[in-house]
Amino acid sequence: MAFGPFLLLALMEGLVTAAILALAAAGLSLVFGVMRVVNVAHGEFYMLGAVLAWAVTTMIPGPPALAFLAAVLIAPVLVAALAAAADGLILKRLNYDPEATIVATIGLLYILQQAALSLYGPNANPVAAPFEWRIQLPWFGYSGYKLFVVLAAGLVLLALWAFMTRTKAGLIMRATQVDRSTARAFGINVDRVYMGTFALGAGLAALAGVLIVPIQQAQYLMGHDPLLLSFIVVIIGGLGSLRGTLIAALVIGLSDGVISMFFTPTLAKILATLLVAMVLVFRPQGLFGARA
Amino acid sequence: MRVWVLHLGLIAVLFTAQYWLSPYLATNLARIMVLTVFAMGYNLAFGYTGLLSLGHALLLAAGMYAAGLPAQLWGWTAGPAFIAGIAGGGLVAAALGLLALRTAGVSFMIVTLMFAQAGFLTLLYFAPITGGDDGFAVAATSRTLLGFDLSADTPRFLAALVIFAVGLLASLALVRSPFGRTMVAMRENEERSRMLGYNPFTVKLAALTISGLYAGAAGAAYALLFGYVGASFATIQYSILPMLYVLLGGAGTTLGPFLGALLMFALIEAATGLTTAHQFIVGAALVALVLFAPKGILGTIRERWLRWLP
Amino acid sequence: MASLIETRGLTRHFGGLKAVDGVDFALAPGEIHGLIGPNGAGKTTFVSLLSGRLPAQSGTILLAGEDITRLPAHARVRKGIAYTFQITSIFPRLTVFDNVALAVQSQGAADLAAKTRAALARVGLEGLEEQEAETLSYGHQRLLELAMGLALNPQLLILDEPTQGLAASEIEGFKTLVRGLVPETTVLLIEHNMEVVMDLATRITVLTFGRVLATGTPAEIRANPAVQEAYLGA
Repeated sequence: MAFGPFLLLALMEGLVTAAILALAAAGLSLVFGVMRVVNVAHGEFYMLGAVLAWAVTTMIPGPPALAFLAAVLIAPVLVAALAAAADGLILKRLNYDPEATIVATIGLLYILQQAALSLYGPNANPVAAPFEWRIQLPWFGYSGYKLFVVLAAGLVLLALWAFMTRTKAGLIMRATQVDRSTARAFGINVDRVYMGTFALGAGLAALAGVLIVPIQQAQYLMGHDPLLLSFIVVIIGGLGSLRGTLIAALVIGLSDGVISMFFTPTLAKILATLLVAMVLVFRPQGLFGARA
Repeated sequence: MRVWVLHLGLIAVLFTAQYWLSPYLATNLARIMVLTVFAMGYNLAFGYTGLLSLGHALLLAAGMYAAGLPAQLWGWTAGPAFIAGIAGGGLVAAALGLLALRTAGVSFMIVTLMFAQAGFLTLLYFAPITGGDDGFAVAATSRTLLGFDLSADTPRFLAALVIFAVGLLASLALVRSPFGRTMVAMRENEERSRMLGYNPFTVKLAALTISGLYAGAAGAAYALLFGYVGASFATIQYSILPMLYVLLGGAGTTLGPFLGALLMFALIEAATGLTTAHQFIVGAALVALVLFAPKGILGTIRERWLRWLP
Repeated sequence: MASLIETRGLTRHFGGLKAVDGVDFALAPGEIHGLIGPNGAGKTTFVSLLSGRLPAQSGTILLAGEDITRLPAHARVRKGIAYTFQITSIFPRLTVFDNVALAVQSQGAADLAAKTRAALARVGLEGLEEQEAETLSYGHQRLLELAMGLALNPQLLILDEPTQGLAASEIEGFKTLVRGLVPETTVLLIEHNMEVVMDLATRITVLTFGRVLATGTPAEIRANPAVQEAYLGA
């Protein structure tokens, strides 16, 4: 294949990565923006989305599209419920102290990973895509499902943006983000907002996991890389800024696709992690965030 | 006085342990003592100075490779290799601090995590030299010190004990010195410390560097005593373990790291007989500790009953 | 006589708010200088600029003729500027002894225990050494704050509303203590308690809206009509 089409393929792959990453990172960014806590177990919510999607599709007979639809509806909701429980039982009791929360979510990470290992097993299992559609471009064939993923992610993010800016619930979340005590003084139940936000963040990660699982198999360790990448995206885009997260996801997803085609993935990851560290050290507000 | 009796007494008891423990348990104890040195270093940075680092695995690996590579490539013996390991840990810690200490709180945690991750990936990238994930065994010739073979049970145990004892007593002296007071002051009220004439950056950098010397010693000891160097020691797990030991035993206490390491080891050993779900125990322990006993065992004891415990 | 502290055109804004707006100020060595003005006049901001807690946006600060405008706070402390906080800022979980020891050892750790006890005795807190600082009464915490400032052996001691919340007897003790500090130490005193200021201060500067309204002896300030209108109440 000539260079041009090769690059196009790399970009298309990168776009898929960016779409999934944007979903997962949006969840992380939301949680940090509103609650000011870092959830290290975020990658495990993503993994649980994928694993539960496998479980649902295995249990529901019939056409793959139906099973997949069920997975899309059920898995994120279950994971969101789990996250809400974690918030109520653990995070709330810690009063959302930043350092204690990080330690607690590290513990949560281990617990969830272990749960997946024990109940689901160490193997990677595939899930059938809801539809098989091969798009034939002049230079190569491409999976129609992957394009669907990009479209779906875009729609969900659009809906998220509309929710945050146009609905009352979104307004309440943004108000709590700006000033927790004033929000409380206005009668906003901050605890409930936090639980909802945490659940929503987890649900977004889980949805990303569901969408990716027909492309990439479900495995109990699959949360590690998306966690690191989500961190990178959120920090470079600016903690708490949804727009920055989106743009950073695009940049990182696309460049990851391109760089991985030309350099080893390891080198790409090294550069990415160092980049994040340097951004935090020298430009803590990221590219778009107000304050870190 | 009683503080010194307590610490020297512990060392004495551990010395005798080689006689009444089985060889298997004694070797495990040696391992625990080495990991405790790592945890003691972490305690100095986190428990006393308030620096919650998630990148200490980088420092452990630095010590391990600073000792292991010269042994592997140039045939260094244990003595020089060990010193190189300590220096490696300290230097990497200082370099890390120069950058990471420009941030604080959550950002500091993430920055240290990122640098450690980059370090791990770099070790993988240079796998031909470092052995990558598989690592390499340290040659027997490099594991001799003053004629003693460190791969044999008794010399190994004694070496681990000596390193542990020096680390413990040094940390005791440090936390009771004026600088020890300064470290705590920085944790308790940084603004006030600044307005008393202390430079927060230099104090924290010093604390982190000392922490790195300990980590380097632990990494080097692990390489030389147990004969194995590998990139797996640079993974996030080894940044979390010292934090777990310290939280369990009591952050900001001199004996907390040892108690935490000992208990976690025992807990996992006991659990291995019942289940393979080690990670669950670690995770549940972290959550339980941070929810119900943030001061850890010795920290709670100190607060409630024994105020003189350092 | 050469000024101990001199500022020229010192300025600090917070967004649109001009907290300190081009202040020229001179502090003579050995005096007790009062700094008064209505709430929001910029008094605490001004002394924060002097002590280095806040960086200045423009203007210069001179300490005994040396330009310290760019010097970080901890370095200014080492040069002899000590600041006691308006809202008590001690080390609550450390003992009274440790609190003061931290101040003493910043100047050098020789004779630490003796010097610490001496500093405590100076403010009358001897005997409370082993107590945890947060268990002290409010008045005693203020004294601890003062002991820490004194233990730094400063050239300039900046006191930010030190008598706030103190009982009348405690205020008398405080006044005696401050009078005993000069002329070795120079004192810059922010106060709302007019009786204390008029009694203690050699000279007074009045700040409003980030600017100097007047400077002079207590009698001159009391008689100044602009000051009366802006602050004292005619």
